[in-house]
Amino acid sequence: MSSFSITEPSRTQKWVAGALVVGYALITLLPLIWILTTGFKSPVDAISYPPKVFFEPSLEGYVNLFTTRTRVSPEQLQALPPPASWYEEIVRNRDMVIAGPSRYGERFLNSVIIGFGSTFLSVFLGTLAAYAFSRFKVPLKDDLLFFILSTRMMPPIAVAIPIFLMFRSLGLSDTHLGMILLYTAVNISLSVWLLKGFIDEIPREYEEAALIDGYTRFQAFYKVVLPQAATGIASTAIFCLIFSWNEYAFAVLLTSGTAQTAPPFIPTIIGVGGQDWPAVAAGATLFLVPVLVFTILLRKHLLRGITFGAVRK
Amino acid sequence: MSDTPIDRVAKATPPVLARKIRGFSDRAIAWVFIAPTIFLLLAVNIFPLIWTINLSFTNFRANRPNREVDYIGLRNYERILTDGDIWLTMQATAHFLFWTIFFQVLIGFTLAWLINRKFKGNDLWTTIIVLPMMLSPAVVGNFWTFLYQPQIGLFNYGVSFFTGIDPSSFQMIGDVALAPWSIVIVDTWMWTPFVMLICLAGLRSIPDYIYEAAEIDRASKWRQFWTITVPMVLPFLMLAVLFRGIENFKMFDLVVQLTGGGPGSVTELTSINLKREAFEKWRTGYASAYAIILFVTVFGLASIYVKALNKVKER
Amino acid sequence: MKSAKYLAASALLASTAFGTVSASADELTLCWAAWDPANALVELSKEFEAQSGHTMKFEFVPWPNFADRMLNELNSGGKLCDLLIGDSQWIGGGAENGHYVKLNDFFDSEGISMDDFAPATVYAYSTWPKGTPNYYALPAMGDANGWFYRKDWFEKPEIQAAYKEATGQDLGVPKTQKELLQIAQFFQGREIDGQTRYGAAIFTERGSEGITMGATGALYAWGFKYETEPGTYQMEGAVNSPAAVEALEFYKEFYKTATPPGYTDSYMEQSLDAFKSGQVAMAMNWFAFFPGLYADPDVGGDKIGFFVNPGQNVEASTLGGQGISVVAYSDKQDAALEYIKWFAQPDVQKKWWDLGGYSCHVSVLNDPGFTESAPFAADFLKAMDGVQDFWQEPAYAELLLAMQKRLHDYIVADQGTAQEALDKLIEDWTETFEDEGKL
Repeated sequence: MSSFSITEPSRTQKWVAGALVVGYALITLLPLIWILTTGFKSPVDAISYPPKVFFEPSLEGYVNLFTTRTRVSPEQLQALPPPASWYEEIVRNRDMVIAGPSRYGERFLNSVIIGFGSTFLSVFLGTLAAYAFSRFKVPLKDDLLFFILSTRMMPPIAVAIPIFLMFRSLGLSDTHLGMILLYTAVNISLSVWLLKGFIDEIPREYEEAALIDGYTRFQAFYKVVLPQAATGIASTAIFCLIFSWNEYAFAVLLTSGTAQTAPPFIPTIIGVGGQDWPAVAAGATLFLVPVLVFTILLRKHLLRGITFGAVRK
Repeated sequence: MSDTPIDRVAKATPPVLARKIRGFSDRAIAWVFIAPTIFLLLAVNIFPLIWTINLSFTNFRANRPNREVDYIGLRNYERILTDGDIWLTMQATAHFLFWTIFFQVLIGFTLAWLINRKFKGNDLWTTIIVLPMMLSPAVVGNFWTFLYQPQIGLFNYGVSFFTGIDPSSFQMIGDVALAPWSIVIVDTWMWTPFVMLICLAGLRSIPDYIYEAAEIDRASKWRQFWTITVPMVLPFLMLAVLFRGIENFKMFDLVVQLTGGGPGSVTELTSINLKREAFEKWRTGYASAYAIILFVTVFGLASIYVKALNKVKER
Repeated sequence: MKSAKYLAASALLASTAFGTVSASADELTLCWAAWDPANALVELSKEFEAQSGHTMKFEFVPWPNFADRMLNELNSGGKLCDLLIGDSQWIGGGAENGHYVKLNDFFDSEGISMDDFAPATVYAYSTWPKGTPNYYALPAMGDANGWFYRKDWFEKPEIQAAYKEATGQDLGVPKTQKELLQIAQFFQGREIDGQTRYGAAIFTERGSEGITMGATGALYAWGFKYETEPGTYQMEGAVNSPAAVEALEFYKEFYKTATPPGYTDSYMEQSLDAFKSGQVAMAMNWFAFFPGLYADPDVGGDKIGFFVNPGQNVEASTLGGQGISVVAYSDKQDAALEYIKWFAQPDVQKKWWDLGGYSCHVSVLNDPGFTESAPFAADFLKAMDGVQDFWQEPAYAELLLAMQKRLHDYIVADQGTAQEALDKLIEDWTETFEDEGKL
């Protein structure tokens, strides 16, 4: 290879391009950094003008996120025994006492239950269907596949009207089961399309060899195809999980006190008098970090996931 | 499927043995595997869709279970299509759709083109740029209202830092003229990486030898860009636009959290308007007709677009 | 069937009264908005838990989402709430759609008399159809929209002199809406203690009910009526009367000339924030917040004063407040009724007021010491004398959304004139009432 290639960009070009991209990346990252840092600011620092870049870190936001507090008079405060923990001390400094835990933990747990439940179901069903579409002659295959995809085009609010009525008559409103089934139905289009792509890439010869060795079709499927598709299944699962995790429209309309997930809850976190931005930021941080980690893990399959497998690298 | 080895083996063996080898027939397995998915989609998508169509001809209200339901023919459709306020909503949606797609394509393509200069560490920076799009739009949208606060917000401060305008002199989400742009900005921030990733895939799919051939023909860089790069990336770009178009037509969570449709109704996109009709006013029949109209619109526009996309691909 | 349930309920109550412990200790969930009085109720309810053996759970939803979520909950037949302290306007829907349990038999069997509660509150929070002796709630929290101001600024001699010079009048608590605006405009942009201050914080919120609740403060004072004759649904000439147009133009002028910059979407929280941070000289808000404001270490005490919504053509205030209802979908209605019985007792009501809740019980309100018990107590009585409420029709949400849109479009988004806004509002409302079969 010669040192000069006409398609390889020059050093200056690379340098300029790199600088521009890094500049954009830093600007685009600012709001996320702001969420992260606001969570560690005191309420006063959070709303100071001009916005503070350097500040004394405080855990007040996180304490407020996980507790409900009531204001007490200085006399009452005096009469109380000394604070038993560091978080009680933070609260006492604001003339308040801890009245109990907040609902954030429950909502977060709901997100986990509904997210994992629907992910498991949609990947399970999706793998079966994708395998069948990939390997067998299915009548009207293209139509069925397109039908599966088209279910994704409906605005969620439009679907929510009959779903609301259905859930009401079946007693599924505000239940984990109802939300798991619903998110599974939404995710299954993604799951089938992505997994079909992954399974298509597994050479048929492997299964055929297994079949000759005396495996049944079913054995060939789970002893040969599934291990080969493991990476694809894992990344599909993560995409499904992220969708359920982030979903807002159905959650806000169909859940209330029992099965409400975190996205409709976090914006309603308020403090005593005014929106408690450090607490909101703390809640958002805890909620967003898992997705950030997953995104980094997924980066190789990202393109495929967001385009339903239409574009593969 | 008749020429797979297993079939040949099966044909050569007596039926009883063949069954043992194959277990279920392929056809049976196919149906067992596909049926649950189809059933679920029928139950959660198609049945509700039919129900919605049925409701759209009635004056049913979900909050009035005791009231008699009458079939009123096409009256709901007539009311929606002649309602001036709904046309304003459609205009707000069109503004949002056009400008988000415009900026996302412009910035997304530029970024992809820059990243394709293959500078050192481009993979890392690509991953960083992609982060916003994976996050919960409702949670992030809610936090953006804080960034948009006139005095204490980071956005206004940033604008004033670069332009010298007093940060408390303008308000992005409260101002009638600025609010439509405030939602365009956040959506562009979130979804430009999506267009970028797809464009990047398009750029990387162009084989080097095409440029080398052009270079030998002494075509200028500018000419190469317009005759090779753009046409080759166009199908990818159109796909990205299709996805963004459908997604932003459905847009709800991000904008609800940002502006709630206000001030007045200047950012009240169709989904937000539909939510008000269906779940705040509880005009279920009317809202069902509205939903059907939206679905037909998305579906129709998407089908026309896909045809165009296929034509571009064929070239 | 229903009366059998009440019989069972009263039998159960009787047995507890005789000292036998009730068979089952239930966990009751009470739903309300997340605000100061809710915390007081938690405190108050501890006594009920100790007496009855039931445990109380609370689901408090922030105001901007409260109506949305709770009406959704009721309409989906949810079992989340056993007891609901729902907004006054929900009573029509709650009664007609069977969300709330009718309480008449229960009141009769327990000897709870509605005569023990202030008539205005019984009318507003309990009855449907309006004014008939059909009760679906017990008045729980009296409330109206009132005003508070920075007394310390009003008393500064240099401010008083400047006001006198600017207007030729003495600075004091405003007697009319126009005087209110004049004072607010005087403070707008004024430098006090080295900081720029603004006139007043008013309600302009779009999403739930904010701008309607704020603007009706002016509309009612100008003599606004919803119908030409009550019960006829004839709105032409009432809703868009010249006085109504004038009042709406007044509210817009107020918004444009006497509120802090960027005050386009503000309701209770923003009003409190603006006042507590020293941004504004005056603010409107619900009486419910007044105890908390008075206790505030920064702006409370002798720095704050309160006044009733000033009249213009008539004396009137916008009604807030809620009654407590038993949700018809609850499995624990008996225990929920027990709670209401406990809550209706005069000594509990007295304690309720002491903790910061606005009792509607006459034994509390008519107590000779009441007006002296808090600096805003007398104003509260005065306000409750002239309260007016929005439609309480079953279609209330639809009616409210229409008004929210028309008002916000005109006042904040600068679209059309006041006359057009009110004309369009009549069109919207007519459509709703036609759908309802009432027109």
